[in-house]
Amino acid sequence: MPATAVQGALAQSPLLLFILLAPVAAALIIVFLPKEETKMIKIVAAMGTFVALALSLYLFFAYNRVAGGAQFTLTIPWTKDLGVNLAFGVDGISLPMLLLTNLIGFSAVYSSWNVDKRVKEFFVLLLILITGVMGTFVARDLFIFFLFYEIVVIPIYIMVIIWGSTKRVTKEYAGMKLTIYLLIGSAFLLVGLIMLYLRAGSQGHPTFMFDQLAQRQYLYGPNFQKLVFGLLLFGFGTLISMFPFHSWSPDGYAGAPTAVSMIHAGVLKKIGGYGLIRLGLMVLPIGAKFWAPLIAVLAVSGVLYAAFIALAQKDLKYVIGYSSVSHMGYVMLAIAAMNTTSINGAVAMMFAHGVMSALFFSMIGFIYEKSHTRNIADLGGLAHQMPRLATGFLLAGMASLGLPSTINFISEFTIFMGTIKVFPVLAVLGIAGIIFTAVYTLRVIANVLFGPRRPEWDHLKDLHGPELVPLVVFVLVIFAAGVIPNLVFGLVNSGVISTGLAKVFETLGQVQIGGLF
Amino acid sequence: MFTEMHSLYEWAWVIPALPFLSFLLIAFVTKRSKGLSAAVSILAILCAFGLAIAIAVGVIGSGSEIVKHPVITSINWLDISGLKLNFGTVVDPLSTMMLFVVGLVASMVQIYSVGYMHGDRGWSRYFAYQSLFAMSMLGLVIATNLLELFIFWELVGLCSYLLIGFWYHKVSAREAAKKAFMTTRVGDFGLLLGILFLYGKYGTLDFVHLAALMNGTAQGFALAGGVGYITLTAFLLFVGPIGKSGQFPLHVWLPDAMEGPTPVSALIHAATMVVAGVFLVARIYFIFQHAAPGALEFVAGLGAFTAIFAATIAIAQDDIKRILAYSTLSQLGYMMFALGVGSLTASMFHLMTHAFFKALMFLGAGSVIHALHEKQNIWDMGGLWKKMPITGTTFAIGVLAISGIPPFAGFWSKDEILSAALQNGHPIIYAVGLFTAFLTAFYMGRLFFVAFMGPEKKENHPHESPYWMTVPLIVLAFFSTVGGLVALPYHNFAYYVRNYVSVNGVVSLEAFAHEGMAWGLAGISVLFGLAGLVLAYMTYVTETIKAEAVAARFPGVYKLLKNKYYIDEIYLWLIHNIMDGVGKVLYWFDIHIIDGVINGLALVTRGGAGGLRRVHTGQLQTYALVFFLAVVVVFLAYTMGTGQVSALNPLAMLGGVK
Amino acid sequence: MNFNLSVGLSTYLLVGAMLFCLGLYGVFVKKNIVAVLMSIELMLNAVNLNFVAFNRFLAVSSVVGQVAALFVIVLAAAEVAVGLALVIAIYRTRHTTNTDEFNWLKW
Repeated sequence: MPATAVQGALAQSPLLLFILLAPVAAALIIVFLPKEETKMIKIVAAMGTFVALALSLYLFFAYNRVAGGAQFTLTIPWTKDLGVNLAFGVDGISLPMLLLTNLIGFSAVYSSWNVDKRVKEFFVLLLILITGVMGTFVARDLFIFFLFYEIVVIPIYIMVIIWGSTKRVTKEYAGMKLTIYLLIGSAFLLVGLIMLYLRAGSQGHPTFMFDQLAQRQYLYGPNFQKLVFGLLLFGFGTLISMFPFHSWSPDGYAGAPTAVSMIHAGVLKKIGGYGLIRLGLMVLPIGAKFWAPLIAVLAVSGVLYAAFIALAQKDLKYVIGYSSVSHMGYVMLAIAAMNTTSINGAVAMMFAHGVMSALFFSMIGFIYEKSHTRNIADLGGLAHQMPRLATGFLLAGMASLGLPSTINFISEFTIFMGTIKVFPVLAVLGIAGIIFTAVYTLRVIANVLFGPRRPEWDHLKDLHGPELVPLVVFVLVIFAAGVIPNLVFGLVNSGVISTGLAKVFETLGQVQIGGLF
Repeated sequence: MFTEMHSLYEWAWVIPALPFLSFLLIAFVTKRSKGLSAAVSILAILCAFGLAIAIAVGVIGSGSEIVKHPVITSINWLDISGLKLNFGTVVDPLSTMMLFVVGLVASMVQIYSVGYMHGDRGWSRYFAYQSLFAMSMLGLVIATNLLELFIFWELVGLCSYLLIGFWYHKVSAREAAKKAFMTTRVGDFGLLLGILFLYGKYGTLDFVHLAALMNGTAQGFALAGGVGYITLTAFLLFVGPIGKSGQFPLHVWLPDAMEGPTPVSALIHAATMVVAGVFLVARIYFIFQHAAPGALEFVAGLGAFTAIFAATIAIAQDDIKRILAYSTLSQLGYMMFALGVGSLTASMFHLMTHAFFKALMFLGAGSVIHALHEKQNIWDMGGLWKKMPITGTTFAIGVLAISGIPPFAGFWSKDEILSAALQNGHPIIYAVGLFTAFLTAFYMGRLFFVAFMGPEKKENHPHESPYWMTVPLIVLAFFSTVGGLVALPYHNFAYYVRNYVSVNGVVSLEAFAHEGMAWGLAGISVLFGLAGLVLAYMTYVTETIKAEAVAARFPGVYKLLKNKYYIDEIYLWLIHNIMDGVGKVLYWFDIHIIDGVINGLALVTRGGAGGLRRVHTGQLQTYALVFFLAVVVVFLAYTMGTGQVSALNPLAMLGGVK
Repeated sequence: MNFNLSVGLSTYLLVGAMLFCLGLYGVFVKKNIVAVLMSIELMLNAVNLNFVAFNRFLAVSSVVGQVAALFVIVLAAAEVAVGLALVIAIYRTRHTTNTDEFNWLKW
């Protein structure tokens, strides 16, 4: 392991920088395009995201799964005195997230193909957003991680209040709620991170690097870990919409334009889970162990609570919004279980849910764009007019309820497998959630897609041309990764093993630490 | 023989792969061409069926060798820390039998569909779904481990959902599809839990390994954590079959599933998918054997209850497909209690014969519905035998077969089940089974006599169906007639289809007992069957007994049966009031309490700000005054308390960082 | 009482303090914005006086205090330029130089 780490440090690879810069470059080009050239703007945006996608696909397949560890690293000292490094690199945990970001980013451009209001600004902000999310996943330095995370919040706010839609709540309220919620979360996060940084730097050179923070675990006493993990839990838990800090998520998604919903539910949320694994579990395992029972209880409450609420929703986006809260409960449950199997499941579930929810939001976006309503009761029988859209919607629903042969099923299964030994009762309750997931998903599918033909929707045109891209991309990924699970799981597993997470759990298993309850 | 065939068995994966290929082809290439779609689909399933026959011939030829050493081919599917799963195929007599049955019925149904679905707008979609279903079902029966089986199990569920809701413009079809999926989902919840429990304890889901671990030694038993754990697991696993095979109380979806096209009902909801639950229990029979006796008792009891429960409902139904659906439920109960009383062989035998004659009857019903332009009420029919001789005759064969009249297929299997029940010491279940046999004959007789005999209705202009539809009927009628003869002379069927047993870790099949036919018991059950048919004849043809009069004498009972014991209403009430109610209450909680807290915090902030902003008078000189006073205060603080000020000095804090 | 008529540092500082207080008083109570600006000038000049006096008595060899005073004068000039420009702009739109009416930044 140290050998690979040394190699990684030596071998500087500019690939990740290129991936980050591709959307930035596209955004810069768009800035200099006249704003009437909407077609051109969209094409440039698509090209920028396509380059990033292609490169990250290359990384996905070129990554050496046997060697593991951080690869394609790039380390540039930035502020030596503070120990800040411009350090990029991917391992088995962050690479799926990076790929997911680019899949969704690329498709989000196509989902926004019909945007006609302030096109230029929209795509510039979208590209910045994508870059920000990518940056958090490729960062190997806490400072850079946080920097990119904060970059993300601002474009989202602007995009929601300008291009959003007002339904149950106004878009201004939704945008404000989302932004303030996340900022409060990140304020707590910041306090925790600074405490961690100061403690880690208390002996020797200060550092922000993830791996070094993890190596200096001997500096963090149990009480310190409990406190800092608590802060991280609040920050990241808010981000991943952990019950009871979830209420920004349905409102936010409902208010946001399609692309933002896709990116937000698809990847941004996952930064919370990713951060908890990367920082919480790897750096502060004792704190994690302490909080785990509480996380598990909240997670299962969230699963069932959100699933029940989804039953009572009338707006399509709210259904998916609550469903994503419910699904994130599984991720949190897996993180709380703290074993290699469950973490495998958690990362894969984040990937799976990202693809699924992005597909769902993209399809809902098209429905809304064409019919100008998202009210389930007003829709119906859309399969008659829009068979392709119906297929996408149906498949997204099937993935959502965890149909085998989709990546979602095998992720859920892995989570359950990892959890059931640790929290048997909670796991059983969580698994019961799949029934209610099926109920609300099938209801939505039945009420929106099937039933008698409604003449008022006869004018709707089915998906065509660029609109098909999200459908094709996501369906392909969902099923390819579901039928050959080793494709994603092999990578994730290599990440879980080689990043030292497995070792952490091993040592943790031997130490007796009093849990919260 | 065995070695030559061995390589063939390793190619068993081709059997499900062919229909899958056809699914992809139809979905992406040929969907615009109706003829091509059907041709691709039928060709694929026929090839698969041919392979299945070849394997069956090989298995029969290789004799005891394959019985001892099932051929298992597998590749790694998922390999992560703490979870390792393979995908593979197993060729043993049980899977061979299932391959044959599924292949036969699926190909017959697809051929039949060419006639039945003629002119339907969703033609290509229909054949794509059919292919997908064939793939899933064929994959299910040759699965080597529980998770693989579960995956195909869910996929057949998906196909069932898609095909029930095939005519999605009908609200009833849409609701029925949803109901089917949700109900079976409840069962899958239990099954999934069972799988997790099994893997958690044994670290494998392979049937063979599990059997070896459980059977073998005392060590294996200690590993198992005792009988209690296995019993719990067995019960959980059994919840899956309860859902899928329509056992009480999760049977409600199956009658509604008749909203799908009739060939679909024949294939999925009579012959193949619904027996997957029975098949699953048979596959993991060793778990039940090692569980506390209560587990098998429960299976037997529930099966017997479902059998008689569904049979009583069937008596009072008027829709031809619903009668058949309740009959299917009842027969599934039969298979289940056969397993419960300990006769895996009898259950599998009945599964096979039932597939033949129930598919036959459903297709026959489809032929009738087709001829009468979607009329399904048996009282709107009548005298159809004369107008539709092939349909009528083959249907009659089906009725005789299900009523257990020799020499038709149902006689042999039903008799075996009943004799097994009695001989293994379950007299009550035997009695229930016998009475159910009587009821079955009665309601099947009722269906046949009302629909096919009696006076013709003027408004109907029935005509015999095209060859596309009658040929499959004839083929299935042939198997319904002779299918039971495989039991002769010495339970040949039982010789092959046996359970995994391992002795000291070596897996093999359980010892084969050469039981002869219990001719005495067979006679009794035939008498009951005949009695049912005669009673139906007297009631509905000669009208010696007035059906209305009987119904009038027991109005409460009749109403109860007609309304299917109000199970659906109870569920609806539960769903609408309890589940949706909880959802609404929680939503209220979410909006008003959780969001209330959030908005409350925002309000407090805003209120505080509103108060504080009053300080900002806008008066330049006030600001200046405040500024000046602050400077004075800071100055005083510096001069009065020299020591403390440096601690507050922000520069001092930064100094630590250099 | 030793009545020393010689002009020492404290005398300059005293004058500076008086000037400063006058300026401060003006800033607080004058209603005319131009008068307020003039008061600010007074305060600045008090500071200048202090700078120069300190330089003269405590650091004879250097000129830092005088340089600082020059800086302050430059600054004061700039400040007056900007300040008067603002006053004129405000007067043009609001037709007043009364600070009490300069309250549109309120709340």
